[in-house]
Amino acid sequence: MDADLRRHDEDAPPLGGVLPLGGVLTWGRRRLDRHLPGLHREVLRRACRDTVKAVVMSAKPDGSRDSGGPVRRHRSVGVRAAAVMASLLLAGCHAAVLDPQGVVGVADKTILIDSLAIMLAIVVPTLAATLGFAWWFRASNARARYLPDFVYSGRLELIVWGIPLLVITLLGGVAWIGSHALDPYQPLASKTPPLEVQVVSLDWKWLFIYPKQQIASVNALEVPAGVPIHFTLTSASVMNAFFIPQLGSMIYTMNGMTTQLNLLADSPGTFAGLSSHYSGDGFSGMHFAVHAVPADQFTAWVEATRKSGPTLDASSYEALAKQSMDTVPYTYRAADPGLFEQIVTQKVPPGPGPTAGRPDVTVSPRTGG
Amino acid sequence: MLGKLTWAAIPFDQPIPLFAAALVGVVIAGVLILVVLKGWFPYLWREWITSVDHKRIGVMYTFLAMVMLLRGFTDAIMMRSQQALAFQAPGYLPPEHYDQIFSAHGTLMIFFVAMPFVIGLMNFAVPLQLGVRDVAFPTLNSVGFWLTATGALLVNLSLVVGEFARTGWLPYPPLSELAYSPGVGVDYYLWSLEISGVGTLLSGVNLVTTVLKMHAPGMRYLRMPMFCWTTLAANLLIVAAFPILTATLAMLLLDRYLGFHFFTNTAGGNVMMFMNLIWAWGHPEVYILILPAFGVFSEVISTFSRKPLFGYRSMVAATMAICILAFMVWLHHFFTMGAGADVNAMFGIATMIIAVPTGVKVFNWIFTMFGGRIVYSTPILWSIGFMVTFVIGGMTGVLLAVPPADFVLHNSLFLVAHFHNVIIGGVLFGGFAGYSYWFPKAFGFRLHEGLGKAAFWCWFVGFYVAFMPLYVLGLMGMTRRMQHYDVPAWHPWLLIAAGGAAIILAGIILQIAQLVVSIRHREALRDETGDPWNGRSLEWSTPSPPPAFNFAVLPHVEGIDAYWSMKQAPPNAEPDYEAIEMPRNSPTGFICAFFASIMGFALIWHIWWMVAVALVGAYATFVVFAWRDRDEYTIPAATVARIDRANRGAREAALIHAQAAS
Repeated sequence: MDADLRRHDEDAPPLGGVLPLGGVLTWGRRRLDRHLPGLHREVLRRACRDTVKAVVMSAKPDGSRDSGGPVRRHRSVGVRAAAVMASLLLAGCHAAVLDPQGVVGVADKTILIDSLAIMLAIVVPTLAATLGFAWWFRASNARARYLPDFVYSGRLELIVWGIPLLVITLLGGVAWIGSHALDPYQPLASKTPPLEVQVVSLDWKWLFIYPKQQIASVNALEVPAGVPIHFTLTSASVMNAFFIPQLGSMIYTMNGMTTQLNLLADSPGTFAGLSSHYSGDGFSGMHFAVHAVPADQFTAWVEATRKSGPTLDASSYEALAKQSMDTVPYTYRAADPGLFEQIVTQKVPPGPGPTAGRPDVTVSPRTGG
Repeated sequence: MLGKLTWAAIPFDQPIPLFAAALVGVVIAGVLILVVLKGWFPYLWREWITSVDHKRIGVMYTFLAMVMLLRGFTDAIMMRSQQALAFQAPGYLPPEHYDQIFSAHGTLMIFFVAMPFVIGLMNFAVPLQLGVRDVAFPTLNSVGFWLTATGALLVNLSLVVGEFARTGWLPYPPLSELAYSPGVGVDYYLWSLEISGVGTLLSGVNLVTTVLKMHAPGMRYLRMPMFCWTTLAANLLIVAAFPILTATLAMLLLDRYLGFHFFTNTAGGNVMMFMNLIWAWGHPEVYILILPAFGVFSEVISTFSRKPLFGYRSMVAATMAICILAFMVWLHHFFTMGAGADVNAMFGIATMIIAVPTGVKVFNWIFTMFGGRIVYSTPILWSIGFMVTFVIGGMTGVLLAVPPADFVLHNSLFLVAHFHNVIIGGVLFGGFAGYSYWFPKAFGFRLHEGLGKAAFWCWFVGFYVAFMPLYVLGLMGMTRRMQHYDVPAWHPWLLIAAGGAAIILAGIILQIAQLVVSIRHREALRDETGDPWNGRSLEWSTPSPPPAFNFAVLPHVEGIDAYWSMKQAPPNAEPDYEAIEMPRNSPTGFICAFFASIMGFALIWHIWWMVAVALVGAYATFVVFAWRDRDEYTIPAATVARIDRANRGAREAALIHAQAAS
């Protein structure tokens, strides 16, 4: 268990409970450390760093390390191929889900990797046996014994039913404990009270309302780092899913209903957020940046936001609810604190959808049919 | 007069669908002209279109699947190339076109490739394996096939007339409701699947009855080949699950056509009900597809290992366990809906439990190979490729069944990679294994081995190159169905994936070449004896291709691997041949489907008079069929004897030849 995880253990008891998981996960983690060190976070980072070095070295035209003789130059194709591979590996290091920046994301990733390790313990031997037996018992291999009557063995039956059952029992434990500890509705333990954010998915942008601060923003989310955030979510029209990969769990947004999600950004940074449930033509543009900033900076941002920008009320919301694509982020200096409730209870009607019998020409380039 | 249909429905301003449609039109016109000029039409009508022979219907199902595979794969190539190009750019497919393409890709591949492929193989092989002369309801079988073809026709028609759904392959409301999808796309989807769904249900009823009730003497349940068991399980699932699909889509149709509020945002509709219902069908559906493929692999691995299947009873138990468990896991498709920890955990664990019988199957296949003498023909290559690929796909599937892991991977390209891993690596590889395994039985000549193996390697390698990057992209937070994106790290992986699609394309071209070359060299590849693989089950005891009546005399079964034990016994004396009664061909299926196509089209475009006319036509067809007096014809004993003697002679000659050689 690396240092980051342990820190969360102390900070956040309910989530911390996930990580030891009694003997189950410790076993998985120990196996992981022994067999799959490459997946370990620290090692992953080191691998990234080494890859960067390798790319930088190989990208130099003649390589300052070797004095480009004919033989060396001959090799440069291989080096370049290696550089391409290395840059791909480097890209792999951007794997947001494997590089979590919040306590929920870290726990999600831990469970993901532990589960994978538990399964690899059985999958790898199975693959080896498949290929090994398939090759050894080829008809042309005179040394392989032909056993045409080998069609039943009670002992093997016990093993073929028993091993998967044991693995699944173990994994079932992980799933049970994990889904309780990481229930998205469960508040994150913290000394600071959570920041309330109301999220509305619209066609095709995100509206974030800060009810206590009475401000709102579109397609950008500003949060204080180290403070738990309690999201209450709904949709103005069709379904979407609210997802910030580096912070962890996603959740659906549905009209006429609310869902809840608790996340936390460990330290300041900018993270990508997106809709992870297809919602129509403008879906691909439904992404937003999450700025996690120090608490005092967040307060300053709230103050600054209050000074300028439009106000969000029933009438400006009606304009916002119309379909539009790739909306540039902006903020509202004042937001009606009761608006979210009105959307959920449909006192404000659901988003209108396309205006005509086909997509509006201002929304979609299609003009025919 | 024509409802909503106007010239505006034809996408004159969009070159891609117009060009594609023109190309398809030219090909169809070319085929029709060839058929008319060569005078093949009476033959096609008599021997194929009106045929109620399960073998012919099986072949037509498989043919439909392969043609639709080309269409679905074209969509796949367009999606891969769009995503390869659309990095910080709009690409060449605008969203409203791209969205139709991925919706059509999923719909076609599941309903009109995978389904007809497995149903075709089951139709072709199961009665032969059971040692009987036909399925339980031959004309119903034909109706089922032609209604499936109607669905495929309507989906493809949407390419030129109107549009297809832009909702994804499962039309989640409220996006699929009239308020957010006012066009005809969703209606095309709904009516295609309502009509073909009826066809699938009929086929399911037919095959369940066949496996349960129609057996050669001595063919007890626990002597049936594994493929019959998986057919039974898959068709029980069809019978139980497809009505859910039909009812769910009917509710959505009521919402769209008559202003009901099952799944609307307003007036008390609830989208969560749709998700539960559609997946209560949708999850059994994946087992409907994979179980027959498991059956094919069981047959192929046993045949080419020259060994009976290891742990037969265990396999039967595993199959039926999967059949039941398939209905208990649907909620894992929406862990992220916020159902709560207990519900999520229960469904997660239920999902994992399915991995136990599945794991048992894999181990039993491994032990079937253990101690075998594996002959590396094309079908076993597909099978071993399957085992490797499917184990990986199963592992990522169980990973997604762990709710907290799903919370970060749901709807991502990791998920897309997972289900392609099991559907290509499982269902499609199974289909291809069955295709190369039973092709000589169906047509009397083998497929070219070299080209078949080359096609396998292209598919195998292409699959990994195309889909392993999607796993990585999923871990990088890339979600599915993106028309464009601006994350630089994603781009190289999408380029690799596009390269993988190109390798698969090479595999498909090799498969077409294999078919063409095999037909041209059919004399050299001729299967004289009807037993080209040294087979174990009863289909190999018939001539290739089998006569309409399959078996001159119904075989007596005395154990598992019935034909294998017959071959070990000394050749028996010539039996007494008797005249055989077989069902007469009937155009009922084709005419019903003709009217169903018109009705579906008219419903989509709100042409109500045409709906009425087509409905009356379809009903009249049924009445005419129900009133017919003669429904069987007799094949005289002399004809039966002539056909059987020829086959016995060929087998004896082959035996003598083999003995002389050794």
